[in-house]
Amino acid sequence: MEHESVPLYWRNIPAYYRLVARRCKRCGEVYFPPVLKCPRCGSNELEDVELPQEGELVEFTVLRSVPTDFLKQKPVILGLVKLGPAKVLGQIVDAAPEKLKEGQRVEVAFRRVVVDGKYGLVMYGYKFRPRP
Amino acid sequence: MTRKVAVVGVGVSKFGNRTDVSLPELAWEAVKEAFDDARLGPEDVQGFVVGNMGGWSSEALPAVVVGEYCGLVPKSGIRVEAACATGSAAVRTAYHMIASGEADIVMAIGVEKMNESPTPTVVEFIGRAGNYFWEFENFGLTFPGYYALYATAYMQRYGATEEDLCKVAVKNHYYGSLNPKAQFQRAITVEECLNSRYIAWPLKLYDSSPITDGAAAVILASEEAARKITDTPVWIKAIGYANGTANLSKRPDFVGLEAAQVAAKMAYKKAGIDPENPVKHFDVAEVHDCFTIAEIMAYEDLGFAKRGEGYKLIREGQTYIGGVIPVNLDGGLKAKGHPIGATGVSMVAELTKQLRQQAERGRQATIKNGMALAHNVGGTGHYAFVTILGLSP
Repeated sequence: MEHESVPLYWRNIPAYYRLVARRCKRCGEVYFPPVLKCPRCGSNELEDVELPQEGELVEFTVLRSVPTDFLKQKPVILGLVKLGPAKVLGQIVDAAPEKLKEGQRVEVAFRRVVVDGKYGLVMYGYKFRPRP
Repeated sequence: MTRKVAVVGVGVSKFGNRTDVSLPELAWEAVKEAFDDARLGPEDVQGFVVGNMGGWSSEALPAVVVGEYCGLVPKSGIRVEAACATGSAAVRTAYHMIASGEADIVMAIGVEKMNESPTPTVVEFIGRAGNYFWEFENFGLTFPGYYALYATAYMQRYGATEEDLCKVAVKNHYYGSLNPKAQFQRAITVEECLNSRYIAWPLKLYDSSPITDGAAAVILASEEAARKITDTPVWIKAIGYANGTANLSKRPDFVGLEAAQVAAKMAYKKAGIDPENPVKHFDVAEVHDCFTIAEIMAYEDLGFAKRGEGYKLIREGQTYIGGVIPVNLDGGLKAKGHPIGATGVSMVAELTKQLRQQAERGRQATIKNGMALAHNVGGTGHYAFVTILGLSP
């Protein structure tokens, strides 16, 4: 399918590049993706909190059938990573699927996500790689 | 005070690759069968609800084209959406229209034409069924990928194997082989399943439900109307429903679907079912086996088995006819097919036939309690519906 890119302004969301979560000042809950209002206690008082650059791989899967934009990256390893107070979903790169294990330490890597062939746009974002 | 609601007519189209018909033509196959079943016509219906996810198919206003083709216009019809549980949402909406006293006879129609788009487009479209930006756009997570995360967590924690998962596929293909409406009418072996290619490790091609075109329709009626229409009304005793978070990263664990557990609890309470031992109430169940792991989690979310023991039910063959609770005797989503908007409606149609003892030879459950359950999940527990049907009101 032709890449139906989300509006470019989405690309200006800081959390897309830096893993900045939001912490509720009232109840202490941490949210990633960030929110403007705390879904738990309803407070509007939230502050930015930078997530750690290193965490633990909770679950993962290896996608052999992928969306068209990701064909060049096949197979895609997708993992759920516990980064301090939040869980974040992302691609695991620089890793052999058979060597990955739940519980393994991983770190944040800044990588190319998608190349939009039609307009030549190169989009970057966070991924994860095993800690050496 | 709400009114009692009964199913008085059901119809299901042939499921499969139905590029031979248009969306309204496909819907009509099911609608016609439901009318014939109830001995009613379009003039008897006061309103209708169309379950259609759309996106991959060209009709933007499915309720309008389907309603017109089926002769229901100028009666009012709307389209509803609840991802893969869209069909159950249609049944629920029709149910409420009657229970509230607003209407006496309402039709719920589910219809989907997924083959109007090429497979990669469909895969991509379903992959968006979560939190689009944070879990799809950036990473290319596919829908099998969501359930694969559950499969790895479940297997790791409880010791289930890929073979256990395949046994679900083998059962559902076996019953699909006895259902003339099913997309796949061929039995398979555990070896065939184990040797199929990985889609999203540890889930393989044969762990996955197919891309399907199909339609289903049910006619619902108030108690007074139902008694005039048929001697064998099948009552909707309860519908439970719940939603879950769009973000998988916010799920507390990956071994069950919270929305399904909440929906089951709600339905059991309304219908007076013992939540500690629900299987003693039911003769047969339809559960949402979009992937084999989903059927195993459904056993546990519904309380058919304790947490972590669902895979033992299939390992011991307890969900075949003759076991503690026969499940998916029409082939399930796995073999019957999974036309998104039609699936929930077809579950209610199938269970109505089962309770009336009209299922095909070899796949009719023994009816002694007179109750049946449908479990329909949208997304990965983003939506859940549990519908309980019974022979007595």
